[in-house]
Amino acid sequence: MAKTASIPGTKTLPLMGDQAVAEAMRQIDPDVVAAYPITPQTEIVMTFAQFAADGKVDTEMIPVESEHSAMSACVGSAAAGARTMTATSANGLALMWEIVYIAASTRLPIVMPVVNRALSGPINIHCDHSDTMGARNSGWLQVYSENAQEAYENTILGMRIAEHKDILLPIMVCQDGFITSHAVEGVEIFPDEAVKKFVGEYKPVMPTLLNVDKPVTYGPLDLQDFYFEHKRQQSEAIKNSLAIIPEVIDEFNKTFNRKHDLVEEYKLDDADVAILVLSSTAGTTKVVVDELREKGLKVGLLKPCFFRPFPKDRIVSALSKVKAIAVLDRAEAFSGCGGPLYEEVKSVMYDAKVRPHLINYIFGLGGRDIFKEDIANVYKDLLDIAKTGKVKDQLNFIGVR
Amino acid sequence: MTEKKGWKDIPIGGLIAEAGTAKEYKTGDWRTFRPVVDHSKCINCLQCWMYCPDSSVLVEDGKMKGFDYDHCKGCGICASICPVKCIKMEKEE
Repeated sequence: MAKTASIPGTKTLPLMGDQAVAEAMRQIDPDVVAAYPITPQTEIVMTFAQFAADGKVDTEMIPVESEHSAMSACVGSAAAGARTMTATSANGLALMWEIVYIAASTRLPIVMPVVNRALSGPINIHCDHSDTMGARNSGWLQVYSENAQEAYENTILGMRIAEHKDILLPIMVCQDGFITSHAVEGVEIFPDEAVKKFVGEYKPVMPTLLNVDKPVTYGPLDLQDFYFEHKRQQSEAIKNSLAIIPEVIDEFNKTFNRKHDLVEEYKLDDADVAILVLSSTAGTTKVVVDELREKGLKVGLLKPCFFRPFPKDRIVSALSKVKAIAVLDRAEAFSGCGGPLYEEVKSVMYDAKVRPHLINYIFGLGGRDIFKEDIANVYKDLLDIAKTGKVKDQLNFIGVR
Repeated sequence: MTEKKGWKDIPIGGLIAEAGTAKEYKTGDWRTFRPVVDHSKCINCLQCWMYCPDSSVLVEDGKMKGFDYDHCKGCGICASICPVKCIKMEKEE
């Protein structure tokens, strides 16, 4: 996101990505946080638990015995009409799995920061996107953050998006494990009052549990006669969210003087070739774009901020301008056809009037570093493809021995 | 069977917006065989009433009056237990 001046009262603090998210949670002051620690998300829950212990928030903090319980408690509290948050990573998300789907299908607007970490096995604690990419069809919204600043802001933004009356879906606010979660940045923290005013007082849209005057049932058995209708509603909500999210983003941008969007285009207008990548690697790619532009090479970047909903039209229109595109995936989909981001980009580009060449690179699994030279090499490959019109292998791996 | 509502006309998320709606659910529509009593043979011993797992045997003034077909699932226990074999299980059409 392009740098903009911050609103009066904004403070710059030296924070890790995890702490920045905890700050957002402190300002939101949700009714309930039910969470379990897991590396590299632990500092979110740890920092927030301290806020709760110090009386800086009014939140009911539920230290549960597992992530399955964390998400179960979140479902219960959200159904009871409480503004609810949790946070997790990797195997924690995997352990929640059953309830992750239930939260989305029950239409509970839970906000869950996820610090992306490689899913076992073999066991690994470092960054890749295999955890949330596995949950891409769970019915949750997903927003990916490039740095701690975005993780902080997306947490605030995510609350309003999830709770929007025409969306009512839970959201994962993703940031890269360790790279973002544990690196200290100067993070601009908006004034508490401005955040509180933006998120507003939570007024549940659906009738809630624990109202004895109007008792309702959540989560009943839903067989052949109605299950399909409820899935159809979820499908509609995700479709609607693509139109509604820009409205909420617009309000956020006006309130906080920011430039959030569904996708971020970087020097793409006159680019011959483009890289498409999520999260922190987009930041590294911007540096490479700047360096190659110095040498007169017309290269650009497209960073999808939202992955769910998938911003199809924005991606197609942005990428239709270039001759060749490399999709960088920090996860393997094990389809034999490429990573999850590549599969979706390729799928939507079928509808483009002019289809550019597409190539996929899997990188950074298990926290393997990716360097500027690696990205420069991808641009070199892309410029060759643009010139020759030939893609040797669609599926490639960066930095693997 | 009444026309079921479509996805635009039902609460989202599987929510049941009122309490006590199970009363409206006629579980008897699962039935494949229905019990039919021959009152001329019935001795009103009420064993069928005692054994019925769904309280679907209707009794008035100590007399067996027939079945609650909205809830009888056709298990056939009444026919099986009847000492004078006055209950027959007939296939639902």
